Amino acid sequence: MGNLSIFPPRGSAFAGQVDLLYTFLLVVSAIMMVLIFGCIFIFAVKYRRRPGAPPPPQHHGSMLLEAVWSTIPFLVMLVMFVWGAKLYFDSATPPANTLDLYVTGKQWMWKVEYPGGQREINEIHVPTGTPVKVTLASEDVIHSFFIPAFRVKHDVVPGHYEIAWFQATKPGRYHLFCAEYCGADHSKMGGWVNVMSPADYEVWLSGGERGGSMVDQGAKLFSQYGCVTCHVLDAKGRCPSLRNMFGHPVQLDDGRTVMADEAYVRESILDPNAKIVKGYERNVMPVFQGQISEEGLLQLIVFVKSLSQPPEQPVPTKGPPVTAKGSPK
Amino acid sequence: MALRPAQRKRTDKEDPLAESEVTLEALHPRELRHHFDTPEQQLESSLLGMWIFLLTEVMFFGGMFGGYTVYRNLYPDAFASTSQYMNVTLGGINTAVLICSSLTMAMAVHSAQLGKNRAIILFLLLTLFLGCVFLGIKYVEYHEKWVDHHIPGPHFQYADARYFHQAQILFFLYFAMTGLHALHMIVGAGLIIALIIMAARHRFSAEWYTPVEMIGLYWHFVDIIWIFLFPLLYLIGHTK
Amino acid sequence: MNITFEQPKIKESPNYLNIRYGWRSWLLTTDHKRIALLYLFSITAFFMIGGAFAVGMRLNLTSPNGLLFSPETYNKLFTMHGIIMIFFFLIPSIPAVLGNFLIPLMIGARDLAFPRINLLSWYLYIIGGIVAVAAVASGGVDTGWTFYAPFSTTYSNTHVIMTAVAVFVAGFSSILTGLNFIVTIHKMRAPGMTWFRLPLFVWSHYATSIIQVLGTPVVAITIVLLGLERLFHAGIFDPKLGGDPILFQHLFWFYSHPAVYIMILPGMGVISELVTCFSHKTVFGYGFVAFSSVAIAVLSFLVWGHHLFVSGQSMYAGLIFSLLSFMVAVPSAIKVFNWTATMYRGSISYDTPMLYAFGFIGLFTIGGLTGLFLATVAIDVHVTDTYFVVAHFHYTMVGGMVMAYLGGIHFWFPKITGRMYPEGWARFAALVVFVGFNLTFFPQFILGYLGMPRRYATYAPEFQSLNVLSSAGASILGVGYLIPMIYLAWAWNRGPRAPANPWGAKGLEWEKSPSPPPTFNFDEMPVVTENAYNYGAAPGATEAHG
Repeated sequence: MGNLSIFPPRGSAFAGQVDLLYTFLLVVSAIMMVLIFGCIFIFAVKYRRRPGAPPPPQHHGSMLLEAVWSTIPFLVMLVMFVWGAKLYFDSATPPANTLDLYVTGKQWMWKVEYPGGQREINEIHVPTGTPVKVTLASEDVIHSFFIPAFRVKHDVVPGHYEIAWFQATKPGRYHLFCAEYCGADHSKMGGWVNVMSPADYEVWLSGGERGGSMVDQGAKLFSQYGCVTCHVLDAKGRCPSLRNMFGHPVQLDDGRTVMADEAYVRESILDPNAKIVKGYERNVMPVFQGQISEEGLLQLIVFVKSLSQPPEQPVPTKGPPVTAKGSPK
Repeated sequence: MALRPAQRKRTDKEDPLAESEVTLEALHPRELRHHFDTPEQQLESSLLGMWIFLLTEVMFFGGMFGGYTVYRNLYPDAFASTSQYMNVTLGGINTAVLICSSLTMAMAVHSAQLGKNRAIILFLLLTLFLGCVFLGIKYVEYHEKWVDHHIPGPHFQYADARYFHQAQILFFLYFAMTGLHALHMIVGAGLIIALIIMAARHRFSAEWYTPVEMIGLYWHFVDIIWIFLFPLLYLIGHTK
Repeated sequence: MNITFEQPKIKESPNYLNIRYGWRSWLLTTDHKRIALLYLFSITAFFMIGGAFAVGMRLNLTSPNGLLFSPETYNKLFTMHGIIMIFFFLIPSIPAVLGNFLIPLMIGARDLAFPRINLLSWYLYIIGGIVAVAAVASGGVDTGWTFYAPFSTTYSNTHVIMTAVAVFVAGFSSILTGLNFIVTIHKMRAPGMTWFRLPLFVWSHYATSIIQVLGTPVVAITIVLLGLERLFHAGIFDPKLGGDPILFQHLFWFYSHPAVYIMILPGMGVISELVTCFSHKTVFGYGFVAFSSVAIAVLSFLVWGHHLFVSGQSMYAGLIFSLLSFMVAVPSAIKVFNWTATMYRGSISYDTPMLYAFGFIGLFTIGGLTGLFLATVAIDVHVTDTYFVVAHFHYTMVGGMVMAYLGGIHFWFPKITGRMYPEGWARFAALVVFVGFNLTFFPQFILGYLGMPRRYATYAPEFQSLNVLSSAGASILGVGYLIPMIYLAWAWNRGPRAPANPWGAKGLEWEKSPSPPPTFNFDEMPVVTENAYNYGAAPGATEAHG
């Protein structure tokens, strides 16, 4: 990490694109500064007050000049806007086949869980060349998930799921920071992102202990909380079957249609009456607000997600390798 | 400057934001404040100041109406369900009381324009009375909420467990909005008392009655806020 | 005409300073000029307090592990630095001191429209300030000046409510000042002082007042809700109870983004006065400079969402706020170009106020250009909540506002006190401030892009060299701020007497009113017959030095 560089290390494809835009803005700024400071300097020297000189001529303004110097900067800014907006859209929409990670922020640590059941604190391991989607949750206050080397940042707001994604390109060890002030040890709430070659990553995944995959743990919770009694998987129960629900549109009793995504599942667990599936009763399911930890919720969601895997593909017990081998777009 | 210091102090204290300037300084032409050129300039300044003050009040309440809008969109059913615990009858009576008080206030201003001092005092007393009736009824309503454990906080209870949290937010907004409104009513009542004393001392004339006009504006504004609060808080469940 | 400073005066002519003595004549005054001085001394005190916190922060940051303080203490330092500097220094600084003093003088009025409300504003400010200091003394607050929920409502166990009360009360002081200015500018102008003859200083204060009047009540109610939530835990901002913490951010920034224009617009007004006076030129494009202030005031209410690009607001909202944020840059750019054009073929002198004006234009330009980086969404994602943002707003607020404030204080010092300050010392101090400022804050841009988050009590070792550089700059900057306090205090008592118009400036306060002005500002009420900055008309200078 060179102290002299003005750029942090570039660990993702996106980093280079942001740096390019940043350089464009630096160049524009430099031109503007040279223009303005140059004019001021030249005027200040050339037209300095001289004793006995006649009073200066007065200029009241020029419509043409005003038009020029409002329009040209605005057009340049439009370029910045469009360029920045396009990059932002790319950065906000993860591609289809991603390796999924689940990260929970908590005063003052990052808890990381892999679909395969590996857990870490303040360390993340990812392979190069595969898009990684991070689902972010917070157990207490607002945090912000920030990896400078990937130019990725997203606030982690309690009560919401947030998504960040990146595709690492260069093996290495990069900073992970919390960027939103979160209390006493905010500055210590950080860790490292370890980017490895896919082969090394396989080795890392197979090593170490784990307490069952996220799907298995979610399944355990699913029966532990008694969900299984009403949400009968392959028959009509008192509650909707969850088979092939995730990722598909759901008809609600008030006529709306919503997409069954992480946020929908989360809400339906915590506050089941918020959205009722068409043809089902209100007040059947208990409210789980405050009953399940953020990590438990994530495990349940991964389990529900696994119920919607295409039948030919086996339910993954080792999540990352399966998706990693799947063609990344 | 024929003002007694004691008087200045009193009005300053009651509502520092409203128009201590106005009540005290916009005096008879012969008592024109030193920095104004003409009584008209003084009157226009006072009026403009009052309108700008009311604009800040709009923004002040606006923040809360904004919060209300957000949560009502998030939790429409829960909000609707709370309206069964709102006493629509008392709220309705209070709406009528406030509209009447606006009328009596307008009559007071009208009497001031005509220079009828006794009528000013009469209508101000009526307005004050109606304002107190409003606050009394509000107290009864608050007391009901207290008995029903509808005060947000550790003792909050709500019959419909589904909506416990959402209803608590609505009651929080209910108390914040009506409480702030009631606070404005209390300040208004204090200002009216000040006006009554001034009128009793024959301070107003057909040429100069700026304080009556100012406080009239303030009173109407407070009424208008209630006209928005009543349907939003009491009648939402009845719209479906 | 030459004024000889040595000439002993038997008796000063009666002015607002010597007309009455005693603490009652100050604490119960309704004279806008005396109230301005009350503000001058009180905000200087708060500047010193806020500055002391900054010294503590910069010292701590010389070591990656924190040189002096625990993280808890450091968190309180940056919180109180932000709250004191923003609510008790920057927001009142130019409006409440220079605006208060000058607006009636500039428009030809005897006082503001509501002198007692003006005094009430000062008392509210002082009460708010005392509560804030009490909050510090009783242990401080650690939420950051942004008070983000749910940290501030549920998790912090410091004096949040007391601080909130302080901010709330100070907010009403700001509202009343704005209200007073608007009414004064509308209703108290001298005969012939039409809207388009108003000095640009007055225009910029008019725009500022609009923001104060419309924005401040929203933050006031937000703070009320925050306090109530902290007391009752009803859950309005707590996601665990069904509330939405992002709502707090929207409400907060709806005021607090416009608030940065409360801080910078008056500074722009000062610079318009300085550039014209020390170039002896009428301002280039008066209408554009005047209306750009109003345009900034209006647009400022539409850009708050650019603080929420990464906090989960919808992508489309983000794009709209990004575009609007670029648009608010246009009127700021127009001002800079017009000031530059004003200097063209002028007669430029290098008196201290003009040095500060040069500094302002330079630093504000950098601050403004880096604002474009932050409006560009993809770059903002990387640099938001890092030192890049810290550097950006210090370039606009300190590089902009404080430079303008110091420039204005020097420019109007002869008018306020009737004395001249030592020019040599003043130029030296201006240079020290400029160098110290850049050394302090320029490294922070680099730190930010390298990824150092803000509000960090400790940091990764590779950031140390730039942090040490920044702290070294801060010590120079601190000295730069102390020097003017010393020589201005000296000059107030011992400085040579100033003539009515030492700079040969245009404007009623210079041409029609003595230094210092009498209580009712003018010996004879002025009638205006010419446009502002009519430097072509007459030499009019009573050269006082040089």
